[in-house]
Amino acid sequence: MASILPLRLHELSFKVNGRRIIDRVSLAIESGASTVILGANGAGKSVLMRLMHGLLVPSGGRIEWGSEDPRRLRRAQAMVFQQPVMLRRSAIANVVYALACAGVQRAEREVRALNALDSVRLRALAHRQARTLSVGEQQRVALARAWALNPEVLFLDEPTASLDPGATREIERVIRAIAAAGAKVVMSTHNLGQAKRLGGEILFLHEGRLAERAPVDRFFAEPASAEAEAFIRGELPWT
Amino acid sequence: MNSIFEATRHALALIGGGDPELVRIVLLSLKVSLSAVFCAALLGLPLGAAIAVGRFPGRHALIVLLNALMGLPPVVVGLAVYLLLSRAGPLGEAGLLFTPGAMVIAQTVLILPIIAALSRQAVEDAWREYEEQLRSLGAQGLDAALTLLWDIRFSLLTAVLAGLGRASAEVGAVMIVGGNIDGVTRVMTTAIALETSKGDLPLALGLGLVLILIVILLNTGAFLIKETAERRSG
Repeated sequence: MASILPLRLHELSFKVNGRRIIDRVSLAIESGASTVILGANGAGKSVLMRLMHGLLVPSGGRIEWGSEDPRRLRRAQAMVFQQPVMLRRSAIANVVYALACAGVQRAEREVRALNALDSVRLRALAHRQARTLSVGEQQRVALARAWALNPEVLFLDEPTASLDPGATREIERVIRAIAAAGAKVVMSTHNLGQAKRLGGEILFLHEGRLAERAPVDRFFAEPASAEAEAFIRGELPWT
Repeated sequence: MNSIFEATRHALALIGGGDPELVRIVLLSLKVSLSAVFCAALLGLPLGAAIAVGRFPGRHALIVLLNALMGLPPVVVGLAVYLLLSRAGPLGEAGLLFTPGAMVIAQTVLILPIIAALSRQAVEDAWREYEEQLRSLGAQGLDAALTLLWDIRFSLLTAVLAGLGRASAEVGAVMIVGGNIDGVTRVMTTAIALETSKGDLPLALGLGLVLILIVILLNTGAFLIKETAERRSG
């Protein structure tokens, strides 16, 4: 089947009460290495991801995918949020629910869910109530839930922002595995270390505008924009 | 003091001996209040859910009104339903006044705002938390609504039990539309009011004890269900 990528944004804007949160962003996201959307808090990273994933409706501009079939577009994407939202049921039932929503055959769901939980090393906790797990474990269930859907594009909105270093390492391992398995990962973060570890290319957002776009090595070695340089200098002591 | 002890002793004997009059009154009370809760839940839960996720003009005013109506005085509800059902009223034809049916209607009106307002709050809080995730997974419309309602079933049960508590404890509404007719529309609260004014303290006290016991049992049940649910599913 043809890929839903590339994803093209044309002059995309999003306004709230007249304030531009996203300001005429144009870019293309191709398949391949992971894309990291980097920027300070309030730069518009989360809003941009929600626009791309279709959770928000843009106030201006256009979003174009490589496919025009809305059903296929929806099923070929998944998203993991900063705060995992677990249904009040077991970890595996959370994954099975997502598979059911995606129209996966009943007989297949359980096996696929178990495999996904295996991949995030949570098979042993499959039958625990999801909400009684630690936040780090819940985020891994959220990743398993997204991964089980076998998405072409996986959006991750600051997936480790509320986690400790140990849980963060485990989440990053899973993200690398998902990318290695062939999914296109689009992740937002304000953490430079994480951007370096996971990014193939960096999209640097500053006050709702795309300030810079560069391969990760070049972005950190010789940032082209003054904003990116200032951000790297300001953040580096903290990573 | 003596009369209180005496009355209590008599009351306990009535309860222990399963006094037929007492049993009849208790059963009718439960029947009326449970029916009212059933009707109010049937209307109130979807109403609350609809207001929670719907966006329409006047929504905020409706929420304020609903919250205010939670404190509706039972006698006023009784009076309104009385006017509706009385022979000259718009629903007088049905001949429901002074029947248990009229009492069910009055209590339904009384507790509908409680169940609707509490479930509105629960659904709205949950929707705020779940909306993006459910939309991302592609759960839509009725599917999403059912998932949400099932996930907060214990909060909704609490809303329903709050309604039941209110219905079983009120006296004003059932007194006016039921008329407290012996053997027909006499329930615990109206009987307590009557027996007290007649001076038959043992029966009044016995009914009072049963009523308190039922209310305590209901609240214990609600508490245990919520506790267990929170411990089990977080």
